[in-house]
Amino acid sequence: MDAHDTASPPLSRTPLHALHLARGGKMVPFAGYDMPVQYPMGVLKEHLHTRTNAGLFDVSHMGQIALRPKSGKVEDAALALERLVPQDIVAVPQGRQRYAQFTNAAGGILDDLMVANFGDHLFLVVNAACKTEDEALLRKELSGDCIIEVLADRALLALQGPKTVEVLTRLGADVAAMRFMDAGPRKVMGLDCFVSRSGYTGEDGFEISVPAADAEAFASALLADAAVAPIGLGARDSLRLEAGLCLYGHDIDTTTTPVEGGLVWSIQKSRRNGGARAGGFPGATAILSQIDGGTARKRVGLRPEGRAPVRDGAALYADTEAREAIGSVTSGGFGPSLNGPIAMGYLPISHVAAGARVFAEVRGQRLPMTVTALPFVPHSYQR
Amino acid sequence: MPTLYTADHEWLRIDGDVATVGITDYAQSQLGDVVFVELPKLGRQLKKAEAAAVVESVKAASDVYAPISGEVVEVNDAVTGDPTLVNSDAADKAWLFKVKIADKSELDGMMDADAYEKHTA
Repeated sequence: MDAHDTASPPLSRTPLHALHLARGGKMVPFAGYDMPVQYPMGVLKEHLHTRTNAGLFDVSHMGQIALRPKSGKVEDAALALERLVPQDIVAVPQGRQRYAQFTNAAGGILDDLMVANFGDHLFLVVNAACKTEDEALLRKELSGDCIIEVLADRALLALQGPKTVEVLTRLGADVAAMRFMDAGPRKVMGLDCFVSRSGYTGEDGFEISVPAADAEAFASALLADAAVAPIGLGARDSLRLEAGLCLYGHDIDTTTTPVEGGLVWSIQKSRRNGGARAGGFPGATAILSQIDGGTARKRVGLRPEGRAPVRDGAALYADTEAREAIGSVTSGGFGPSLNGPIAMGYLPISHVAAGARVFAEVRGQRLPMTVTALPFVPHSYQR
Repeated sequence: MPTLYTADHEWLRIDGDVATVGITDYAQSQLGDVVFVELPKLGRQLKKAEAAAVVESVKAASDVYAPISGEVVEVNDAVTGDPTLVNSDAADKAWLFKVKIADKSELDGMMDADAYEKHTA
């Protein structure tokens, strides 16, 4: 085939692209960006370093959006956003953030996101692969009530691991008093940052939005601390999988509801049947009836009994002979902290109890797996 | 006989009519941290270019293709027991399997060390 026929559009670069190259990052295309999958340390050591020290992740490819109420009252932006998500946004106090999902009319998930109340506006962080569609959705549905401002001139860095507080404190950041899911504008190293105590690894940690022009100096200052190493997308994926966290496009997507995805905990009582603002979001009928009446299938944790990793897409069977698959793996690989293979997938409700045994088809063989409570590695959030 | 190399980043060392097969140091460096190795069963008749073994890193599974046809006469249990050998010593201790060569003409066209180095440059 002629290479010219298959040429992809040029990849976007984050403000830290040059730093990734200087640090020996192995670059791969991801959600339209040229991103480091690993550094010379390698995925295993990067993963373990994050669990024991502090890992720095460039997540600038993600979308940062300010939702400003035209009325000037942040409650009005919250009420408007509640038309698109099953979460109680009105109840998010200033200085806090909440996990949410954009849903479609069938109850499927269009994207998952973080929503923070910054006092006079809401601050949203959405997935890179969905950010164009998310922005269009917000403009189409909320423009009457809100000004939708895409913050394209900001980088987003995640610092994750047990040593993050001491690292940030050494740099003069006043973050030690923040609790898990606290979020707001803060000065760090003299820069106007948005800081949240959250992340995607299961560890204590922070996500810090910084002006793009200052991102490289900011990241370099963090990396100058002996406890901090740069971490690529490879370890980001193994860390979030051990933490049992969903990867959009794999573990949740437009064909899975928040209930099937095991995300009912993220839907507050006020939006459920009988609540003060029940329903009123896309797919409410399907989602609320599943909350009350159950679902046919659910997302589960899976541990292969052998050493072979079972990857995304592997079909799951009730036994070694069955012809019909009963489910499939949506994320799978190797958990460095567990020193063994782990996976997540969907199974019928008859097979979702911890300890249930199913079989994954890998290279023509049926490999036994045990349904396991999530997360695989306990969370270390500072609540 | 010197070591031969394939475009798929395998090496073969020929001793009489037996070829010892492994993946190259370049291949392991591209894979990253190896966490699982699956080898062919003893006695399996391999056909050149079919998937013979699997080497998996944290990130992905990669097939190792049979570089030559023949019967599998030995496999390296040390490497299935300790997959990190592939990263630490791909060119020697982490050999994968030995094949009794069915047709030596299949060796024609394989690369020597210099040619392989140019191939990966």
